Amino acid sequence: MAKRVEAVDVTAYYGSFKAIDGITMTIEPKSVTAFIGPSGCGKSTFLRSINRMHEVIPGAKVQGKMMIDAEDIYDSHVDVTAVRRTIGMVFQRPNPFPTMSIYDNVVAGLRLNGVRKKSVLDDAAEKSLRGANIWDEVKDRLKRPGGGLSGGQQQRLCIARAIAVEPQVLLMDEPCSALDPISTLAIEDLIGQLKDRYTIIIVTHNMQQAARVSDRTAFFSIEKTGDPGRLIEFDDTTKIFQNPAEKKTEDYITGRFG
Amino acid sequence: MTESPTRSAADQPGADDRSASADKYGRQASTGFTLSGALRENEAHDHPSGPDLGGGGGGLPPRRRGFEPLFRFFTTGAGILVLVIIVAIAAFLITKAIPALSANKANFFTYEQWFPNDPSNPRFGIAALAYGTLLTAVIALILAVPVALGIALFLSHYAPRRIATGLGFVIDLLAAVPSVIFGLWGRDYLAGPIGDLSAWLHQYVGWLPLFGSGGPYGNSILLGSVVLAIMVLPITTALCRDVFVQTPTQNEEAALALGATRWEMIRTAVLPYGKPGVIAAVMLGLGRALGETIALAMTLGATFGVSVDIIHTGGNSIAANIANAFGEANETGRGALIASGLVLFAITLIVNVTARAIIYRRREFAGGTS
Ligand SMILES: Nc1ncnc2c1ncn2[C@@H]1O[C@H](COP(=O)(O)OP(=O)(O)O)[C@@H](O)[C@H]1O
Ligand SMILES: [Mg+2]
Repeated sequence: MAKRVEAVDVTAYYGSFKAIDGITMTIEPKSVTAFIGPSGCGKSTFLRSINRMHEVIPGAKVQGKMMIDAEDIYDSHVDVTAVRRTIGMVFQRPNPFPTMSIYDNVVAGLRLNGVRKKSVLDDAAEKSLRGANIWDEVKDRLKRPGGGLSGGQQQRLCIARAIAVEPQVLLMDEPCSALDPISTLAIEDLIGQLKDRYTIIIVTHNMQQAARVSDRTAFFSIEKTGDPGRLIEFDDTTKIFQNPAEKKTEDYITGRFG
Repeated sequence: MTESPTRSAADQPGADDRSASADKYGRQASTGFTLSGALRENEAHDHPSGPDLGGGGGGLPPRRRGFEPLFRFFTTGAGILVLVIIVAIAAFLITKAIPALSANKANFFTYEQWFPNDPSNPRFGIAALAYGTLLTAVIALILAVPVALGIALFLSHYAPRRIATGLGFVIDLLAAVPSVIFGLWGRDYLAGPIGDLSAWLHQYVGWLPLFGSGGPYGNSILLGSVVLAIMVLPITTALCRDVFVQTPTQNEEAALALGATRWEMIRTAVLPYGKPGVIAAVMLGLGRALGETIALAMTLGATFGVSVDIIHTGGNSIAANIANAFGEANETGRGALIASGLVLFAITLIVNVTARAIIYRRREFAGGTS
């Protein structure tokens, strides 16, 4: 059920500002791909163009093709909501719905899909919370607000919410940057487990994290402020970190720049 | 990530920093010296300087003086003054109301008529007035709140920015129209169409007691309610819009990323987030509707009596009755009106306390994410 993601010459704008330029890459199913690069090089922008969340921002638009198993999600007949259901997303800051209980948060996506049957929702909630390694911590307080959890628990709750609708691709934008080291490890373990079922793409600022969790790494960069971000190098993670082909990549991962 | 030229180069300024901080310590030591000097001086002048220091004769440095005590005096004074004024008003109202209430030959809470000016046999009751007050306000809200929510959501989440700004401006203008203008307009222009609507309602849904009357249709509860609805619309709309606009983007994006349509996103993220604000806006609208005086004095029929029918000529409210009857009232009549004013005050108080209770109960779930 995990799917292949194939970006073909993807360019994205905020109004007239070109944030990323001509990105082409293929991401294989059931793999973990890390996006690294200096701040402002368009990692988030590119990630959000994979599930059409980029266009949510007023004035923002995307050009090019984004193929999910040979179907272009930017094709005019494609239903945006179906795209976003297929490609789940976890944000930088944990964002459970503050007015909802833990349980309601997890099943929110299913309810949006019209699932009403309590037994189905109960099963999905338990399965997703187990999948996100948080079931034992919350099983006795499912009716309590999600906002009452710790940051790391909230983030795992958000992952549970994202996987409850059984997406085929899971996008994560710096999911650990607001978390403490223990929570970060918990999420990294989780990513390792989820990889069996999903195509995972994770943006990270932390190069050790990229090295730990990913199979493949994409390095993005910009020439200077105001220029669009470009894909510099995309290869196996070990190759990127041990023997990068590009000088810019090497400079970045050795800390000479960025 | 390991030792790089940049890193070791960065060590140089670090060393500079350390020497700079050593310098800082030196300066801090001298500051400490003057401080202890000041303390010793303080001890020496302990008794004479005691009162000036506000009674604190310990080893602490002297309190900074100047604007602070003056400001504290001013704010405390203002706070006390407000309390005194409120108590004075309440005392005044109660002392004026008590003689009229004891002279009243009818039951104040159940009697529906208003004859307080009869010198030998004053009779008056709040029943019809309180009923009319609540009924017009509730109908006004039933009419206004859905429209206000619709406009507010349109402004916050559907309209292009230019249109939203323009329309928002028009709505703010509407809020600035004086109520007497609404009263005039309702009486001279809206009465006709509402009369036609009343006839239509009676013809097609006349089996509902609300629309049971066959006429005449003129100044009625329905007309007053419609005018009130238009009057509470701007404030309710503006407040709801402000609340909806503040929905955190991360909540909206959370819903959209789960595949929500725009309306589903509003239902899962915007409305739950805005709920306490919407309740507050509705209660503010209710407060305005309950207290509205002149527009209702001009559009209600100024008759007494409790009736389920809202289209027949008639209807009255506490505030409208005070405006209509105060001019010709004698001593007891004025006392009676003041008593009715106290009831209105109690009603608005209950409404406000209820609103606060509702908002407070939801607080646990209303907090943002950490
Ligand atoms: N909402 C926005 N509106 C306008 N410009 C934006 C917006 N978000 C990001 N940008 C710009 O787009 C560029 C890429 O940003 P982003 O994708 O967030 O980079 P990264 O995630 O790699 O740090 C930056 O120059 C940033 O300033
Ligand atoms: Mg980013």
